[in-house]
Order: sequence, then structure tokens, then C-alpha cells
Amino acid sequence: MGTTASQLGKADLSEYQELTFLTKQEILLAHKRFTELLPKEEKNSTNARVPMTKILTLPELKSNPFKERICLVFSTTNPNDGSFSFDDFLDFLSAFSDSATLEIKSHYAFRIFDFDNDGTLSCGDLEKLVDCLTYESEDSRLTTEEMRQLITNILEESDIDKDGTVNLSEFQHVISRSPDFVSSFKIVL
Amino acid sequence: MEIDSVFFTDHSGRIASNILLDQLPSYQSLLYQRRSSGNGSKRKNSSRPRLSSSGSGKWAPGTISRQEEKQKTLMEQRPIRELPKTMNEKRQEKAQRLKKNEDLDSWRQWSQNSRRHLRRLWEDYRELRRSLQLWRGDIHQIEGRFGTGILSYFSFLRFLVMLNLVIFLLIFGFVMVPLIVVRSASGNITYNQSDGSICSNYPSSARRGLVIFHQYITDLLSGEGFLEQTYLFYGFYKAQKISFPHVTYNLALAYLLVTIAYLILSLLWIVKRSATGFKRSLVQDEDRFQSFCNKIFTGWDFCIATETAFKQKKSCLLYELRTDLEEERIKQKIQGRTRKEKLRIFSIRFLLNFFAVGFLAACFYSIYLATIFSQTAGRKNIKVNFFVDLIYEYLPSIVITVANFVTPLLFSFIVKFEDYTPAFEIRFTLMRCVFMRLTSIGVLLFSLWSQITDCGENSCECGYNYKLYSVKTHDSPVLPRLMVNYCRCGLAKWWGQQEFSIPDNVLQIVYGQTICWIGAYYCPMLPAICIIKYFFIFYIKKVSLIHNCRPATRPFRASRSTFFFFVVLLIGLSLACVPVIISVAQIHCSQGCGPFVNYTTSWEVVPDTVSKLPDGVRNLLYALSSEAFAVTFFVLTCLAMFYVIALAGAHKRVIKQLREQLVLEGQDKRFLMQKLYQAQRASGVRSPGSKLPARSSRSSPSYHTSFNSHFTETVFLAHSSPNSSTHV
Repeated sequence: MGTTASQLGKADLSEYQELTFLTKQEILLAHKRFTELLPKEEKNSTNARVPMTKILTLPELKSNPFKERICLVFSTTNPNDGSFSFDDFLDFLSAFSDSATLEIKSHYAFRIFDFDNDGTLSCGDLEKLVDCLTYESEDSRLTTEEMRQLITNILEESDIDKDGTVNLSEFQHVISRSPDFVSSFKIVL
Repeated sequence: MEIDSVFFTDHSGRIASNILLDQLPSYQSLLYQRRSSGNGSKRKNSSRPRLSSSGSGKWAPGTISRQEEKQKTLMEQRPIRELPKTMNEKRQEKAQRLKKNEDLDSWRQWSQNSRRHLRRLWEDYRELRRSLQLWRGDIHQIEGRFGTGILSYFSFLRFLVMLNLVIFLLIFGFVMVPLIVVRSASGNITYNQSDGSICSNYPSSARRGLVIFHQYITDLLSGEGFLEQTYLFYGFYKAQKISFPHVTYNLALAYLLVTIAYLILSLLWIVKRSATGFKRSLVQDEDRFQSFCNKIFTGWDFCIATETAFKQKKSCLLYELRTDLEEERIKQKIQGRTRKEKLRIFSIRFLLNFFAVGFLAACFYSIYLATIFSQTAGRKNIKVNFFVDLIYEYLPSIVITVANFVTPLLFSFIVKFEDYTPAFEIRFTLMRCVFMRLTSIGVLLFSLWSQITDCGENSCECGYNYKLYSVKTHDSPVLPRLMVNYCRCGLAKWWGQQEFSIPDNVLQIVYGQTICWIGAYYCPMLPAICIIKYFFIFYIKKVSLIHNCRPATRPFRASRSTFFFFVVLLIGLSLACVPVIISVAQIHCSQGCGPFVNYTTSWEVVPDTVSKLPDGVRNLLYALSSEAFAVTFFVLTCLAMFYVIALAGAHKRVIKQLREQLVLEGQDKRFLMQKLYQAQRASGVRSPGSKLPARSSRSSPSYHTSFNSHFTETVFLAHSSPNSSTHV
């Protein structure tokens, strides 16, 4: 089972190697960074969870506009509170690793961009997405007219069945023809 | 035969007509096509009334379950980690597979285990290779601060280091090692029969004190004097044949073949690296393609790790989006231009292009004049004082540098008046600058050659390679460049920070690499010097980037830029091939130095060797170089090319058809959903009390259709059982 004991067992290590895209070095480094985030009393307990606020202090996530979405998507708590167990943390790193397949990355990218969790990217989702990418202050924002033009263009390019939303298959189709995705959708500790 | 309660099949199994299906949008469009295409195709189409776009055969329950099973077996063959599931689910999947594995026979088990072991070996190998990559930590740091655009420049630099390393190892292994070995071990060297003439005459005793030091520095920078006697230059390789105990090593032949080999190797390697980028770029130029989607969905570099880079990237993306939206508006404006306006714009463009060409011609002429002046001054041995001498010596390089500095500024100024779209403006200016830089090398070489044919036979090639070496070192003298960078960035701190301009930097590297390719024929250690130079460039650029520069406001897409770098590199390679080929085939070798002293041209070594080969091999080689073979080969290549082009055209048509089909399918689905919904309401059937089960946040089958948000209840109804009929 998932463990956060201070030493990672060999059997666990090889199991993680098989179930994720991470190398042995990367898993050990992830384990080290994860235990650093845990409070002292939980450092040796198994199945410890790190709350979302602590995850967001990781330098790799601190400057990411999608950090909250990432926490919500990869967390397996019910109801979803964004906290990570070590398994969740490895899942997250695996999806963002160098060797993850395009399919995995596009699947998780879709879930991250789906702000209202309804299975499609509607106009509201797209608008929130653009805001995440560009909003810095009130004056550095796209005007409503520009936003409307942009979203119309996006839907025109990606909505194949013309239903006004982008579903997973359409999203994966667009991503498969985009050359930059694999190299930019990457987080390495 | 499956009993289908929705679609009534007649006795032959074909689905008879149905009022609902007749109303489907896709069928309607098919009817329209049928009507317009005439009688002939009507008969063909009528034989398949329903199996076209509506795909009604799929609705039968048997086929649905068969498809699900097919998907399941496909999923099972994939490694577990490629499934988008949580860790726990993956563990369960693994346990299931292991259990299934035990039921299989031993052969299957063994093959699966061995496959897993092989995969793990392969991954270990890849990890090892990645950890050995040059500059890995530095590049990771740059990536975190500046994103993947600037990263592409540094990866390009790394690629060039690798390329030069391989070239140098080739040359070293085949040309220098035999010489070194023979000097230290026993062996006979057949030297070239020189007629007593020597490369250059250096009185060794007449200098002392400071003069020696000055001479030393000038010699180091220009490659004359003491350096001439080292492995650095072509003139040193006087040996023609080296006899070892069992084998004779023909050094001249090796020298020539190594030159050809490294040119071909560079070509193949660059083409291989740029192949994926080329394919993508072809696709992307088809239509103005997905540009907004790419920017929004893939626009964010998740590897950014600093606050400043974060803000920078945001403003960068905002700027990019605004530019694109504006460009679209400009395009629409261009389409609405009147004829009078078009005439005015075209006449302005013509004038400005004329002016640009004239300016370029003036630059080239001045380079030509400067080279001739420098050569004549050198030959006449006019010595005024140290600095003026240095200027005379370096006049061509100075003129080239000044020209390369002024032209981009001028071009970016005039292109503003030509009223192109912003993206085209950038590309056009870039192309002009590239053309300028690479042609200036050509002009320099041309003027050098015109000088060589005038001078005596003794030291022509030697003088030639000195010039190249001096151009090379002057291209990027390390110390002055450091100072320039420092001063520029120090000043810039008052004005605001410098931008790291990628195109300029890339052009400089390609320029240097082109000179390296040309010069490696005469100066075998030149690739090694290039490697050292690139190391310096990497660290200087990195330091200046981190301390002084901010990322460009005009963002550079990593993929596009990598492809662009390789295209420019290829242009440089093809330009470099021309002088090498000409000097191998045409230019008379100097009789004083080099391995080709006994031949009139360097190429003569090859026919000479071939004539000494055994009969069978010789006839084969003659056959390969005959016209019959060449023509046949050419015809076959043309046929292959036509076939591939036809295949590509066919694929494009299929893709277009499939797209249209997809749109129709979507319309069909919507139509049917609406009908079901209406039917539900009309018959007053209340939807089953239980709502859809609460979806867990990650595993949900609903991620494949787009209708859940609107039609949750009807979906549930449709999937429950085909026997709960809904009469239309």
C-alpha cells in the first residue's frame, strides 16, 4: 500500500516504477520532497495527506495559474479538498513527466481546463481559461469584444461537431496536432 | 438475428425504411447528393440505404457489446501506466491482469514477462542517455526562468556541439591518428616529392623582445607563423602514403573521403532532426491552422518556476493574443482594399525593394574592394605601424561585421512602410538578413579566389586558409565580445533591460558553423576550435541572459523556432558545399604543401586509387557511375515521389470527407436526442427516480459525449435497455 515511511521499500519502488512514468531517481526525489511537506508528527505514518495549502508552496507549482485545478484534479479525496497522498503526488508527477504519453497528458489537461467539471469545455470554461493565462491586473485584460472574438475563433477551430462545446475527443484531436504541447506540459522536480 | 425493437428489419436482414431515420439530417444531405449526382450513382447508393453516415447498424445491441469487448482487449494490451486512472485503480487493474496471466498458458506468460523486462531495460538505457546530456542542469535552469522558446536556442547550440564533435572525431581518427601513430611507432612515410618550394619563408632569428610578443599575438589571431607548422593546417599534412607493417594507408585519399563524409553526415543528421518539424510545418501551412487553439491550450509552459517569469509569460501571452486578434482584423481590412490603394501599396513596395537590392549590391561591392585591398597590401608588404597593419589585415572582416550590423536596422526600418501583416513583416526582414549574411560569405570567398588565381603556386591554399581562420577568429573574439556584452548590458540597465534576440543569435551561430564547414577542409582542427568557441558562447550567453536580459516580448514558439533553425543551418550547409566542391574539383593544388602535391586537382586521388583496385570492384564502380545507372535511378526516384504525392492527396481527401461525416453525425445525435426528449414528454413517462450516480471526480464514462450537460436523463434512458421502447 502507499507509504510515507521515511524509507521507501524496494518492492514499493519497483511497483511505482511500473505504475508510473517516473524513473527510480525521480520517485526517490519525489518521496523526499513529499516528506518535507509533511508535519513532523506525520512523517512516519502511512497514508498521510498533505493539505492543498502546503502543496501550493512547492516552487514548481507556486508560479502556475492552474495550481488549484491541478490539486483538485489529482486529489482522490471524497468530497474533494485538494489534498495529496503520496500516491496522488506520484500520479501528478507521472502525468507531467517527460515520458508520459500524449494521451495521458491531454486527458489530464482536459480535466484541468474543465473548471466546472461537467465533462466539456463550454464558453464559460474557455473564458476562465483565458483569464487564467492572461489576467494580471484590470488594465491588462482582454476586452469583452476581444474575448468574444477569441472564443469564437477557438470554437471554430476545435469544435468539430458544432455543438458549441469542446469535448474530450475534440480536445485530444486538437492537441494531437499541436507540436508544442508535450514540451510545455511538463513539470520536473 | 437480434431482435431490434427500434428498427424493424425485413426478412433479408436489411433495415427497411423508417420515418424517423428518413428525417435524420445526414440522410437528408445524402438524398440531396443522390439527387444532384444523377442516375448512375443512384443505383449504387440505393443498394446501401442505411449503412452510410447514419450508421444505424451500430445501434443493435449485439454490435454494441462487441465493440465494448474490442475496446476492452485493446486497453488490456496497453501498459498499465498509460491508463488515466488513480493509483489505487491501477493497482487493482494490475492484480486483475496478474490473475488472468496465471490462467494463460506458459508461452503467453513467458512472452509477456520478457516484454516487460525488455521495456524496463529500454527505459534504463534512455534514462542513462538523458543523464549524460551536456549542460543538462544549466538548460533546466534556463527553462525554468525563460520558458521553452529561448530554450530552443540553447538546445540548438548543444546540437551543434555534438555535430562538431563527431566531425572532429572523424577527421581526427582518419587523418591525424595515422600520422601521430607513425611518428611515434615504426613505419615508413612516403613524403610528397616537392620540388623544393616551401609554403612560406620565416626568418627565425631576426626578432626580439616586444616585437616577438606582438608577432606572437598576431600570429595566434591570424594563424600564420608558428601555428602554420602545427596540425592546425592543411599544409602540415605533407605525407601522402603511410606504410605500416601489413597495410599501406593512403592519407591523401583518406583526407578527401573524410571531407565528403562529414558533409554528408551533417546533411543526414540535420535532415533527421528537422524531419518532424518539417512535417508539422507542412500541415500547418495548409490552412491558417489551429493557431488560437494552440496558443490557449498549449500556451502555458508548465516548467516555469519563478515569479518574474510567470508575470512575463502572462504579459507575453496577452500581447501575442492581442497581436493575433489584430492581425485577423487587418486581414479582413486587406481583403476590403480598393484598387487604387492596392496600386499605391505595390508601387511603394517595388521602390523599397529596389532600394534594398541596391544597398545590398553596394555592400557586396565594398566587401570585394576591401578584400582585394587587403590582399594587395599584404603582398606588397606595406608596413606603416602596428595598428594600421592590423586594420589592413582585418579589413574584410571589419567591413563584413559593419555591414551585418547595419543591414538589419535598415531593413526593419523600411519594412514598416511596406504595410505587411506583423507576422509577415518579421519573417520577411529575417529572410533578408539571412540572405545578406550568407551571401557576404560567398562574396568574400569569390574575391579571395580571384586573388588566388593571380598569385604564385606556392602558398595559395595556405594563404587561403589563413584568411578563413582569421575570419573565424574575428567572427567571435572572446574577450572583445565579453566586453561589448558587459558594456551594452551595463548601459542598458539605465534604459531598461536588453532583449535576448533569438534570430540574431541564431544567425551568428549558423554563420560560424558555415565557415567551419568550409574551413575544415583546409584546417582539420577547425571543428575542435568551434567546439571550444561554442562552449564559451553558451556560458557567456547564459550569464548575460540571467543577469541582464529579459525575455523577448515577441514570443518564440519552441517547435516553430527549432524547425526554422534547422532550415537556416541547411542553407548554410549547402552554401558551404559549393566552395568545398569547387576547390576539390577545380583548383590546382599548391605544389609546396598539403597531401595532394603529386596531383593536379585534389579529386584526382580517387580515379587514381580506383584504377589500382581489383577488376571486379573496378567494374562495379564504373557501372555505378555510368549514365545508364544514373538515369534509371533518377527515373525510379521520380516514380516514388509521384506515388507518395498521390498518396498524400488521397489522404487529404479522406480526411475532408471524414470531417464532414463527423459534423453530420453530431447533427444526427442532436436530432435524435431531441426526438427522444419530445417523445418522453409527450407520453408523460416520468424519468426513473434515481438520478445518474454521483460521478467520482476522475473516473467517469461521461467524458466521451458532449451531451451530458443537457440530456442527462435521456442518456440514462437510452443506455438502460433497448427493450424499453419509445414509440415515435
